[in-house]
Parts: sequence; C-alpha cells; structure tokens
Amino acid sequence: MKGLFKDYEVGDFFDEMFSAPGQVRPHYDLLYQRFQEMEVDEFERKCALAEKSYLNQGITFTVYSGDEGTERIFPFDLIPRIIPGKEWDHVERGLVQRLTALNMFLHDVYHDQRIVKEGIVPSEIVNSAKHFRPEFMGFDVPRNIYIHVCGTDLIRDRQGNYTVLEDNGRCPSGVSYVLENRQAMKRVFPKLFTKYAVRPVDRYAQDLLAALRYCAPGGNPDPTVVVLTPGIYNSAYFEHSFLARSMGIEIVTGNDLVVQNSRVYMKTTKGLKQVDVIYRRIDDDFLDPTVFRKDSVLGVPGLVEAYSKGYVALANSIGTGVADDKVTYYYVPKMIKFYLGEDPILPNVDTYLTSDDTDRKYVLDNLEKLVVKAANESGGYGMLIGPHATKEQVEKFRAAIIADPRGYVAQPVINLSRSPSYCDGAVEGRHIDLRPYIISGEKTSIIPGGLTRVALRKGSLVVNSSQGGGSKDTWVLDGEEED
Amino acid sequence: MLSRVADSCYWLSRYIERAETSARILDVNMQLLLDLEDSSPEAIQRHWQPVLATLEDQELFTKTHDTITADAVMEFVTFDKKNPSSIVSCIGNARENARTVREQISSEMWEQLNRTYLYLRDGGGRHDFQDSPIDFYRRLVDILHGFQGTTDATMTHGEGWDFLQLGKYLERADSTTRVLDIKYHILLPKGEQVGGHVDVTQWMAVLRSCSAMEAYFKINVGHVSGWQVAEFLILHDEFPRSIRFCVDRVDGALHRISGCDRAHFSNEAERLSGMLKSNLGYTTIESVFQQGLHQFLDKTQARLNEISGAATKAYCYWMDESAQTQVQA
Repeated sequence: MKGLFKDYEVGDFFDEMFSAPGQVRPHYDLLYQRFQEMEVDEFERKCALAEKSYLNQGITFTVYSGDEGTERIFPFDLIPRIIPGKEWDHVERGLVQRLTALNMFLHDVYHDQRIVKEGIVPSEIVNSAKHFRPEFMGFDVPRNIYIHVCGTDLIRDRQGNYTVLEDNGRCPSGVSYVLENRQAMKRVFPKLFTKYAVRPVDRYAQDLLAALRYCAPGGNPDPTVVVLTPGIYNSAYFEHSFLARSMGIEIVTGNDLVVQNSRVYMKTTKGLKQVDVIYRRIDDDFLDPTVFRKDSVLGVPGLVEAYSKGYVALANSIGTGVADDKVTYYYVPKMIKFYLGEDPILPNVDTYLTSDDTDRKYVLDNLEKLVVKAANESGGYGMLIGPHATKEQVEKFRAAIIADPRGYVAQPVINLSRSPSYCDGAVEGRHIDLRPYIISGEKTSIIPGGLTRVALRKGSLVVNSSQGGGSKDTWVLDGEEED
Repeated sequence: MLSRVADSCYWLSRYIERAETSARILDVNMQLLLDLEDSSPEAIQRHWQPVLATLEDQELFTKTHDTITADAVMEFVTFDKKNPSSIVSCIGNARENARTVREQISSEMWEQLNRTYLYLRDGGGRHDFQDSPIDFYRRLVDILHGFQGTTDATMTHGEGWDFLQLGKYLERADSTTRVLDIKYHILLPKGEQVGGHVDVTQWMAVLRSCSAMEAYFKINVGHVSGWQVAEFLILHDEFPRSIRFCVDRVDGALHRISGCDRAHFSNEAERLSGMLKSNLGYTTIESVFQQGLHQFLDKTQARLNEISGAATKAYCYWMDESAQTQVQA
C-alpha cells in the first residue's frame, strides 16, 4: 500500500475499505487511487480547510467548563464511508419495516395493548418503562404517526452484517452534520464526486417539512409549522436553527409561545399567530411545566392540553420513549413478526434482559465479557464495556443491576466494523456505526446513508460526540455492484 | 415576525454600531495623542479621561484601575470581557443575537460576524493590535462597514431589515451625540483660547471620529469652528452620521414596520420619533448653543432612549423581562 495508506493495518475486524491487507474493496477503488497519490501534508491542508469552514460557519457545539463555554467543532474525518447501492437498499427496507412496526407498537400500547394481551411483551415491561405516558391511553395522534423522525443506530459485525444497536425515537439529533459533511466534502474533494455517482442527501429538509405539514390538525392544507428549541445554549442549537432555515420556518423557544383557549400561538410583532405543528426538540419532560417537570423553564404552560384536545400536533408525539427503551428494544423483532407477519430484515444484537432470572445470572457471571447499558440513558452515558472496565466499575454495575434489574440490559461485545480514519498524521482503522434518519409522513423516507460516527480514540468502541467521537461523510452509490 | 426575533435584530444592529463607535473614538484619540506636546502622566490622564466619560465606562474603569493610562483604557475599551460595552463584548453580544435569528439574516451576514468574533477572540486581532493599534481600529471599522454592505446586499429588505435599521440609526444618533459631547469634557489646557490651535485640533478630531472631515470641508472650506462642526454633525440633511439624518431613518424604519404613513403615527414610538424629527428640522444651531450644547445633547440622548423604549413596548411588549437583559448605552 502506498501514500496515506502505507502503514495501514486491517486487523482482525471487518474493515469497510479493505477485504484483506492490500485488498481494496471494489467500491473504494477510486477513492484509494486518489488518496494514495496524496502525501500527509496535502491531506493536513485539506483537513485544516474543512475545519476552518466549520468554524467560520459556526457549526459548533458548546462544551461547558470553567466560567465560559468553549465552542468546539464536531471532529470530522475526511475519509468517507462508502456503501454500495444494493447494500443500502437492503438496509433501507429493513429500516422501513422496523419503523412501521414501532409506530404500530406505539399505537397498540396506547390503545388496546394487544401485544401485551397476547403475551408477546410482558405488561410490566411497558408499565415500568420510564418514558411510558399512561395519561395518553386512548389518545389518537394525528394521522396515527407517533415517531415522525427516528434515528436508528446500526453497526456491522465481524462478517459485515448490518445489525440494529438501538432506536432513537424521541429527539434524535445529528442530521445537520450529514448535510454539512456533504457540503464540506464537495468543497474539499470536488473531483471525487465527478468520479463517483453519490446519491444526494439534500432533500432531507423538504421531506421533513412535508411530514410535519402532513400531520397538521384537521388536515389544514396550509399549516404554520415551527421548530421548538431549548435555546442557543443547547448543544444541538446549531442543528435546530439549521433545520428551521432549511425548511424556511420559524424557530421558537418556549417563551415565544403562549397557550390561550387550548390553542398555541406565537408572539409576533403583529400580534398572536396560531401554530399548528411543532417540531419539538425538547424532551417530553420539559414540554409543559403544568404537566411534566414543574421546574422546566423551556416549555410552554398549557401545551399538553392543547395537544390533547387536538389543536396542535407535536413531532415526535408524546410518549414515544416507551419504544426506544433498551428493554423494549429486545422485543422489536417479535413486534415485527406480530404486527407485520414478517421476519425482521435487520437483526438485533443478542440481548440479555437482567430482569429475567436466567439471563441475569448469566450476565452477573460474565460482566467482564459483556456490554451493559442503562435502559433509559443515551449519548453513551450509563454504559459498561466489560473488557475495558476496571474492577470497581464492574462491581458498581453489578450492584446497580441487582438493585434495579429492569434498569439494564446486557449484550456481547461487538467489534464494530472499522473504517480508515485520519488520526495524528497517519491513517488508522477506527470503529464506526451508522445512524440513518427515517422520516414518517404520508410515506416513510430515508435519505441515503445517514451519519457515520467514528470512535476516534484508538481502540474505543464509543462513537458519541460527548465521548471523543467524530463523524464522516457517508456515500451511498448509485447502481454499484455489491462486493 | 416573532417579537423576540425583532428584538434580537434590533440589538444585533445596535451592538455592531456601538463597537464601531468605540473603535472610531479610540482611533482618533490615539492620533490626537501623537499631537500632544505634554506627555506627563497628568496630561495623558486628561487626554484619555474623556473617552471613558463619552462611553460611560468611567465608573467601572475606576473600580478596577488605579490610574488612567493609554494602554489601560485601550485594553479596557477593546478587549476587556468584564466590561460589558468593550468592543469584544459588543461583538460577542451581536453574535449571540445573530445566533438566535440565523433563519432571518443571511448566511453571509452570519459568517462575516462570526469571523469578526473569532478574529477578536484569538484569530489574530490581538496580534494586529500589538503591531499597530491605529491600523487595528481602522481594520475593525472596515470589517464592520463590510457587514453593513453585506446586510444591504444579501438580506431581504423586509421587517427584519427594518428592525436592523432602527437599531443601527438609533445607536448611531446616540453615538454622534456622545462624540460631540467629548468636547464638553475636554478642558483646554491653560493659556489656550477657544478657536486657538489646540481647540481647532480637538474639533477636527471630533470630525474625524465621525468620518466627517472631508464632507465637512466641502461645505465649510478651510475653516473649523465648534459652532460649524456642531451644526454639521447635528443638522446636516445628507451626512449619514448627522443626528438629523439618523433620526429621519429611525422614523422611516418605524413607519415601514407599522405600515403607517409618515405624516401620522400609529404608536408611541412613531409619535416620539416624528416629534424629534420635526424639532431637528426646525432647529437652528443658534438655538442649540443658546440652551447649551451639552444640555441639548443630553436631552437628545434621553429622547432617543424614549423612542427605543416605546418601540420595544410596541413590538415586544409580551417578552419576559428576564429576556430583556440588553441595556441602553
């Protein structure tokens, strides 16, 4: 291997680019040719260029430490992840199937609970889910859509099979990076795009707006749609503002809205203007201080009442968290079978429920070999990676599991696939995952690819940005042979 | 338009203009310093004290500093993050406001403002300042003018733009009153006459800090007096930093926002701006000096504040008080 790849080690992993040392997978061939001509300093210059453009555009998130927040860019790796068209089509079918089942599950859980009555999902699992909202039993959401935007995290195992790691059915973030990463790549490597037929991703904002408009109360053909953000100090504020701009709609904070007569209005210079659909990027708990958390200053008093009476639609709907609970996850393949009569196209990772006596015994006996996750945490928090953990960490989780068996699940360690990534002057293999964004409106749509997150710390399996993760552009190719 | 967005556009614009005023005043004062014959600490102190007085920074400055030196004042007015009206703070505040209205302003405006912020924070601003403060302040004024041009050329001239204009011209009118007032605070050295060499130099500095020298000399060929400088900066119809010009733009922006014709008013802000506009239209420089220039400027500042307050009340009256933390100069 030459140039940037001259010291590259494939290792005992599924490598996205190399099928064996020196053996480039066909869909990476053109990229390999371009990059092997390149020396480290040229690549460094390209990195600096991309970084500067992110900084100047203010595509940053804020890290709070000491007396002032510092703004950082989300690390971006310039070596793209490439997915052949046929491979993606399979993934896409699997995701549509999965989200269809999840939406059916949510409808069922908040209505007849057939899936519980028929013994597929135990009732205590539903009732004990932290984000289950029994106050919405029997409530009909507009167009029967619960999860309008879902971010489902996929990984590839040792053989390269796409497997679902988790679903994010509340307020998944990161899609703005998919779109910005593409822009950055086009600026830095324009020629590569002329050689590859990369499926475009720019229709995301239009798809999202169409889905939001579709769920307007009363089928209003010209609804007022807004993005509700916690504000500029939220780490995802850039994304909220980006999406509002791309859709051409207002971005509002809780203070901009007021509820009168069970209708939601925004406060404008010309008086109050009624709002029909809210794409909210605030968790259920903070939506309405009169219903959920009393100390929330982000929400809007009366919003839940307006929603319950059907005068305003929320996306995502309230109570979707019961579907992305990590214990509920265990049951998703069964849901697919139950509601759709189909076999799951994308499998789950093997999962042990610590609430089950047999599973718990196995988990407690094998903590050093397993990954343990808190059922309701996200962002890479509340997680134990057994083989990398200290004795104390293992014992802490052991005690926590015994104290709250419903609060955890365990999975075998999966060595996520690796992708060549540029780290400190050399290209090395780093573990990656993939978060596609699935929109359900009149139809279910997914922009090709999604966010490829990369664990930039050597050997790390945690891809979250709060834990040293970065991202890559994800290219889905048109009409490419599967390798 | 959301009231909060209108408010942010308005303040974004005021902060930009305020940063520009500070940069101008510091630039001119630096240059005046070069003409100063007496370089004793007392003379230096006399020279810089009016800058603090004009920018209403004196109280905070004396709390944190024992003596007035050129370096201390420049640092305080330019880079001190603890000084809420330093240039760095103003640009930071302008940027925070811009961040909340990114869907209103153009990406070009945002990126330009963001680059300015990054430049001042660590991207070379400090280095340029150390190389040559005068060049640094000019460059900054240039950058901020660039922002005005970008705004004009890339943003829809609708309601948001009108709120930007409102903020810009209110702040600019206010800043011209302050620059003129600087002369009131500067005492002529012992033995110097009104109309003498030092007096004229000081009035020329006032003109320069408003970029008004060339425009002024086109009208008052070769002659500088306090009377004429004041007349030019208060009453000129077409000079873009004169108070009359700025108040006319304020009044225009307010009427465009409401859609009310300019001979009438539909809210208190328009009534106040219309009154100030007509007062300035029917004022002579003689009557200004009769009541006293300082008193006139003081009163004008108060009236500008009233317009600002009334505009907030008209368009943002339901905003929480907690959100209204931005303050008048």
